[in-house]
Amino acid sequence: MSIEKQTIENLATLARLAVDDERVDEISQRLGSVLELVDQLQAADTSGLSGLDHPLNETQRLREDEVNKPNMREEFQAIAPDTENNLYLVPKVID
Amino acid sequence: MNWETVIGLEVHVQLATKTKIFSAASTAFGAEPNTQACEIDLAMPGTLPVVNKQAIDYAVMFGLAIDAEIGKTSVFERKNYFYPDLPKGYQTTQLEKPIVGAGVVDIVLDSGETKSIRIHHAHLEEDAGKSLHEGDFRSGVSGIDLNRAGTPLVEIVSEPDMSNAEEAVAFAKKLHSIVTSLGICDGEMSQGSMRFDVNISVRPQGETQLGTRTETKNLNSFKFMEDAIHLEVERQIDLLEEGGKIIQETRLYNGETRVARSMRSKEEANDYRYFPCPDLLPVVISDAQVEQLRTKLPELPDARQQRFIDQYDLSEYDADILSTQASMANYFEQTATQSKNAKLSANWVSGELIARLNAENLNIDQSPVSAEQLANLIVRIADNSISSKMAKQVFEGIWNGEGDADQIIEARGLKQVSDSGALESMVDEVLASNQAMVDDYINTDADKRKKKLGGFMGQIMKASKGQANPQQVSQILAKKLAELV
Amino acid sequence: MHNLTITELIDGLKNRVFSSTEITQHFLARIKNLDSEFNSLITLTENQALEAAKTADQQLAAGNAPELCGVPIVHKDIFCTEGVRTSCGSKMLDNFVPPYDATVVANFRNSGAVMLGKTNMDEFAMGSSNETSFYGPVKNPWSTDSVPGGSSGGSAAAIAARLAPGATATDTGGSIRQPAALCGITGLKPTYGRVSRWGMIAFASSLDQGGPMARTAEDCALLLNCMASYDDKDSTCIDRSVPNYSAHLGDSLKGLRIGIPKEYFSEGLNSGTEQAVRESLAEYEKLGAELVEISLPNTGLSVPAYYVIAPAEASANLSRFDGVRYGHRCDDPKDLEDLYRRTRAEGFGDEVQRRILIGTYCLSAGYYDAYYAKAQQVRQLIRQDFVQAFEKVDLIMGPTCPSPAFKFGAKGNDPVAMYLEDIYTISTNLAGLPGMSLPCGMVDNKPVGLQIIGNYFEEARMLNAAHQFQQVTDWHQLAPAGIES
Repeated sequence: MSIEKQTIENLATLARLAVDDERVDEISQRLGSVLELVDQLQAADTSGLSGLDHPLNETQRLREDEVNKPNMREEFQAIAPDTENNLYLVPKVID
Repeated sequence: MNWETVIGLEVHVQLATKTKIFSAASTAFGAEPNTQACEIDLAMPGTLPVVNKQAIDYAVMFGLAIDAEIGKTSVFERKNYFYPDLPKGYQTTQLEKPIVGAGVVDIVLDSGETKSIRIHHAHLEEDAGKSLHEGDFRSGVSGIDLNRAGTPLVEIVSEPDMSNAEEAVAFAKKLHSIVTSLGICDGEMSQGSMRFDVNISVRPQGETQLGTRTETKNLNSFKFMEDAIHLEVERQIDLLEEGGKIIQETRLYNGETRVARSMRSKEEANDYRYFPCPDLLPVVISDAQVEQLRTKLPELPDARQQRFIDQYDLSEYDADILSTQASMANYFEQTATQSKNAKLSANWVSGELIARLNAENLNIDQSPVSAEQLANLIVRIADNSISSKMAKQVFEGIWNGEGDADQIIEARGLKQVSDSGALESMVDEVLASNQAMVDDYINTDADKRKKKLGGFMGQIMKASKGQANPQQVSQILAKKLAELV
Repeated sequence: MHNLTITELIDGLKNRVFSSTEITQHFLARIKNLDSEFNSLITLTENQALEAAKTADQQLAAGNAPELCGVPIVHKDIFCTEGVRTSCGSKMLDNFVPPYDATVVANFRNSGAVMLGKTNMDEFAMGSSNETSFYGPVKNPWSTDSVPGGSSGGSAAAIAARLAPGATATDTGGSIRQPAALCGITGLKPTYGRVSRWGMIAFASSLDQGGPMARTAEDCALLLNCMASYDDKDSTCIDRSVPNYSAHLGDSLKGLRIGIPKEYFSEGLNSGTEQAVRESLAEYEKLGAELVEISLPNTGLSVPAYYVIAPAEASANLSRFDGVRYGHRCDDPKDLEDLYRRTRAEGFGDEVQRRILIGTYCLSAGYYDAYYAKAQQVRQLIRQDFVQAFEKVDLIMGPTCPSPAFKFGAKGNDPVAMYLEDIYTISTNLAGLPGMSLPCGMVDNKPVGLQIIGNYFEEARMLNAAHQFQQVTDWHQLAPAGIES
């Protein structure tokens, strides 16, 4: 089983990964073999079963609405690739 | 051909919590860029969300206010897309199991008719940060401020139940009124506390199928929304009449230039790949919690309007104006209580005060005249210390910070003269020095004399520098003139 | 000194046989001398370690030493360490120095443990052989042409090579147990939610769980005492008191019912491995336990379910690595798309990119129900298998992995062959159950691991069973050739 080139390109776009043309075949083949493996799921009889999103049957804890995060901009931006005047910079965003 | 417009709204309401929905960073507006973005808001590796209880409570309160079913188990999901103002690369939101189910909001149209707008659901989600396209940084780039990232939002999704801009605006205003009355949103439109996405389609009158719709995003004023709807409806009808086709797209309306355009970047087919967020567990709300919130629910605009009519004997119109906004309603009630005169309070708040606020683009919380100050002024009007005309001057004085009503009346010598001895001698003086007018009065036919009274009144009020109590003067004048005839 | 267990080191420190500074220097020297051969560490934190050892010695002298005071350990490089580069085995985070500690790291710091460095791992914990690390593969100290297992291969190899007496690790599908088995040490993956995930860089959030590695079960109990805690920063961390895991190590195994799942002894299991495991089970019978054959009929579905769920969660978890706020960023991006795509293609290795693409596929429109939703249902089936089994037995035992350590490159071209390496370990992650591996034999001079699976929160019972086995066997005392001295 292999996956069409177009599909790989769509996935790469959604996942924002640059995929070189020479890698497409290999990726297609490897993804195909993984999908063959996961296709075994289709044989399972799961009628009437709810999905298990979380291993334990717990519910969400809630936090009180109290501010306790200090301003750590300096520490955070010290490890940022590109900042100016306290802003993170990216190539121009076009809406 | 006659066209029919179909409108549905998605309304983003920023909740008035102190902290973010998933972190304990502050949500205060206007802070220095990126000072309120903690490691969770920045999506630093290994950081995890924990849900803010207040955001849950506020969302439930909204659900109760619109009589909606509360999602006893609601689930946060991840909506995956890349954008620089979305640090995690996904927005944590709700899809399959929102916290608020179907409900209804009633709006009153200008015709006086009431219309019910159905709410499809409302869900909790996190706001994104802001991309700044120009500022104090080199050109060719955008700057990202993540202070807003993670601010809790309730997104209210209506059914396509509105058929024109008036209805859409009335609905938007009603939601504004509800969320501010609940105290779950500060309602500051200019700060983006409420933002509207408008879905618009048109179809030939009588057609039952919906036309292709467009979504005009991120409108942050009622006026812009109204303009944007008119513009888009017109565009769609023109296009269809020219034989064109509507493309389903996202549009952006610029309120300054009053021009809308298609957002090309959003046009590529998006596949958001929603799935339940594994870092968060289902939020379960017990019946007891819901009931407890129900008892804590503040008065809602519709109930308040009815109460104003019943309790203060206000007209439906005045009651509507004064009850829509919680802060306005509080102001009015405080004024009425302190002045013990609801009628005058209603007149002054809905008249002079609102006109003055509007003129200076202020909201009621920013009013330079406090409810207490206005109440004191109303007391002086009611006890005849000043005339209504004087009262406007005094109001101006209070507005300009010259002090309270009594101080201004005193300082400007505006106190109305109600002492009958003083008034009588004032009348006598005017009659004595205007013999010609008196003669004219006497010579006039009895049934036409009434018209002549105004001239005397004017002279007397002028002589008193406007301080004479007009009712008393007119009584004394009538008596004196009768004696002369 | 490096052959002493943590338990023995604590004794020696308390009785002043040696100081923390001495043992810290000893282990640092071993790492510097020997690790070039194994590549088990990515970062050595020599100065911090010596500082911490000095503080520990002061505390020991003052008599106020906490539990693990002065004990040297290494952390898997998936746990954020304030001020120390945390790479997660990826070029993406090669320059990432977090300004915060993982809760696990903080727990060890507070407990007086001395961090020697950060251990090598498969990139973002995605791998079973440690071949996907940006920092090169870790070599198995038992046979340097073979893999140490993964993803916690660095932690396992460091312990096997006596470069550290204990380590932290994480397990998403077997990443603690499989390398523990392949390196001949003891490792435990606790119940999901027992150990905080705050600051532990996420691979698959609903499966990831941190746990300890050491040479003995007794040492693992000591480490787990420190590692397990309730943490309100992690919504999925369970609010449940942490027992003293050392307290029941000495309990008798008489009457213990051990379930032997027949599916764990089927086709694909190396005969030598099977023999070693069966002999160990016989040993348990001698200790008074009763062996009960059980069935976990959906075991075969665990690998397919895992390879939907884990990549799906990972595809979203890894979206935050976008070159904007931290980590790798490509040079001279020509536009925003280019920034994202090149940053991520350069920063992530092949296996990580592959899993992101698989996860994206399984969540995308049209495939969600067939893959993601289906896999979550299968996960329910797998959990039910265990729930039913634990009605009949106290613990479940079997092999940790199908065969001993394989050679580098042996499974490189076939991801599926590599994925099947985790056939016996993955189902416990899907169900959220605790599992551990301990040395139980040798095949071709390579260690074999016995897996013990417990019911939810039954780590103490598992450790008790493992400890009792280690009282009557000496597999855990064997050292790779050339290491003893």
